[in-house]
Amino acid sequence: MSQDGVEVAGIPRVLSPSRLRPPANPIGDRIVLGAFSAAAWLVLLLVVALFISLTIAAWPAIKTIGLAAFRSTVWDPTSGKFGLLAFIYGTVVTSAIALLLAGPIGIGAALLLAEVAPRRLALPVAMLIELLAAVPSVVFGIWGLFVLAPVMRNIVEPALAHALGFLPLFQGYFYGVGMLTAGILLAIMILPTVSAISRDIFEAVPRDQREAMLALGATKWEMLTRAVIPYARSGIIGALVLALGRAIGEAMAVTMVIGNKPAISLSLFAPAYTLASVLANEFTEATGQQYLSVLIGIGSMLFVISMIVNVLARVLVRGASGPSRKRA
Amino acid sequence: MLVLTWLCAGIAAAMLAIIVIYVIQRGGPALNLAFFTHLPTPVGVPGGGAANAIVGSLVIITMASAIAIPIGVLAGIYLALLGRGFLAQAVRFFSDVLTGVPSIAIGVFAYTIVVVPQKHFSANAAAVALSIIMLPIIVRTTEEAVKLVNPAIREGALALGVDAWKAIVLVTVPCARAGIVTGALLGLARVAGESAPLLFTAFGSQFWTLQPGAPTAALPLLVFQYAIAPYKDWQLVAWGGALTLILLVFLLNITARLLFPAKLPR
Repeated sequence: MSQDGVEVAGIPRVLSPSRLRPPANPIGDRIVLGAFSAAAWLVLLLVVALFISLTIAAWPAIKTIGLAAFRSTVWDPTSGKFGLLAFIYGTVVTSAIALLLAGPIGIGAALLLAEVAPRRLALPVAMLIELLAAVPSVVFGIWGLFVLAPVMRNIVEPALAHALGFLPLFQGYFYGVGMLTAGILLAIMILPTVSAISRDIFEAVPRDQREAMLALGATKWEMLTRAVIPYARSGIIGALVLALGRAIGEAMAVTMVIGNKPAISLSLFAPAYTLASVLANEFTEATGQQYLSVLIGIGSMLFVISMIVNVLARVLVRGASGPSRKRA
Repeated sequence: MLVLTWLCAGIAAAMLAIIVIYVIQRGGPALNLAFFTHLPTPVGVPGGGAANAIVGSLVIITMASAIAIPIGVLAGIYLALLGRGFLAQAVRFFSDVLTGVPSIAIGVFAYTIVVVPQKHFSANAAAVALSIIMLPIIVRTTEEAVKLVNPAIREGALALGVDAWKAIVLVTVPCARAGIVTGALLGLARVAGESAPLLFTAFGSQFWTLQPGAPTAALPLLVFQYAIAPYKDWQLVAWGGALTLILLVFLLNITARLLFPAKLPR
């Protein structure tokens, strides 16, 4: 390691000062540069340790229940029934709502910041949107519970039922807490992720793509939709996948507004449960080894899903950012 | 059609404004001296605050920083100056991936490696969880900051016969000071409001706890527990806690960005 260090530190071998005087302090180099690489190894080991220890802790559940958990909707820990389908359904539906709402809005905002608005204005707006990303999830949760949920119950859900009530998605009681509310709250939470990463991607689109389009007489809008967006497509998909990963793993805000009921219902107004929110809600109350092990199993599932999603997204985003950019 | 993009950005900015205004409106009345100096009171007893939770949060965050900042900064320097080949690529990639791991899954991890062997909840376990969440942010921001330092400065030091490690530690790293501090602040901002990993590590407490080995109250946890409680005066304390968290996190973020306005990890 220390040899690497010296090379990178820019001393050509031939001109090494060791020719002129006794070798420079190789022990100091070895210790300090060794500490740098030890820290790097530690980061890597941490990810491995995460994976291994979660798998070990979840193993009893995987062994005794296994894939049967994915075929059952019955969640009744006191009688030993651990069906996960309701949680998976809730997670998929809420994340899908979040992505459907935050995707277009986030990409639109990114277009404004990267392409349309003058720089003087774009920078403060970008900073505001990034601050939205910094809001703690429990603050989103308390706001969702006391502000968003009543608005949903009294205004949004009745209006949706009135306009689109012929769809089973928008039928049923107006609870206020439920999948739609959780989806909307998640949309607000992942909006900054979509817009910040898409903005980086748009800024990485080469100038000549735009200039060629403009030279052909395109308007700015045509330039954006036919030259910039197609060029940036895979990167934008990466941004959306990354945002999806955040939505799937969000626990606190969701558990405060989804109603925490392990049931599958077609109505988006209905209370439900997600993988992450069942963890947040039941982990400390879990009695018995098997119950706890199932919950840890859910934790490791979230970990594995997030790894897959993130690896996929990073590959897409990196590809789109191109060699001229260090990274997204 | 370009108006649409203004609309989109407007929605995003408006959401921030709406949330912040509401939290100020509801939480403002809760923030008085008692909030910062008193223990929580039982339901129905007026007064009371969140002093133990604030102190608990500070204890946990300080311990988490003590773990994450040294490791993160060292690994970041490694990536910026020494890192080539497999190890560096893998560390970069996995620390990016680590930022996307749900914080609740990291809480479960801390539970299995700290709480289970210890057999009880503790601030230690919470600090481990939060330090894992901070780590990738510190690593990548430090890397960016150190990379920006002109290599000629270090080469100059080397040409004068300085050891490689001294050139890094005494010449390059001090030049990257602002960026390194920014990384630490961003890491702090990321975990200061984290509640999910504390649920089954710190667990929460109604009392003063200063021993890191015992279950400890924490502000984000208190906001969660009091917000979902059916008592008006607890909910008020929860709003006060939410306002405190948002102010703290914004302060950390804005300071970090003003200090080092380069591209930051996401």
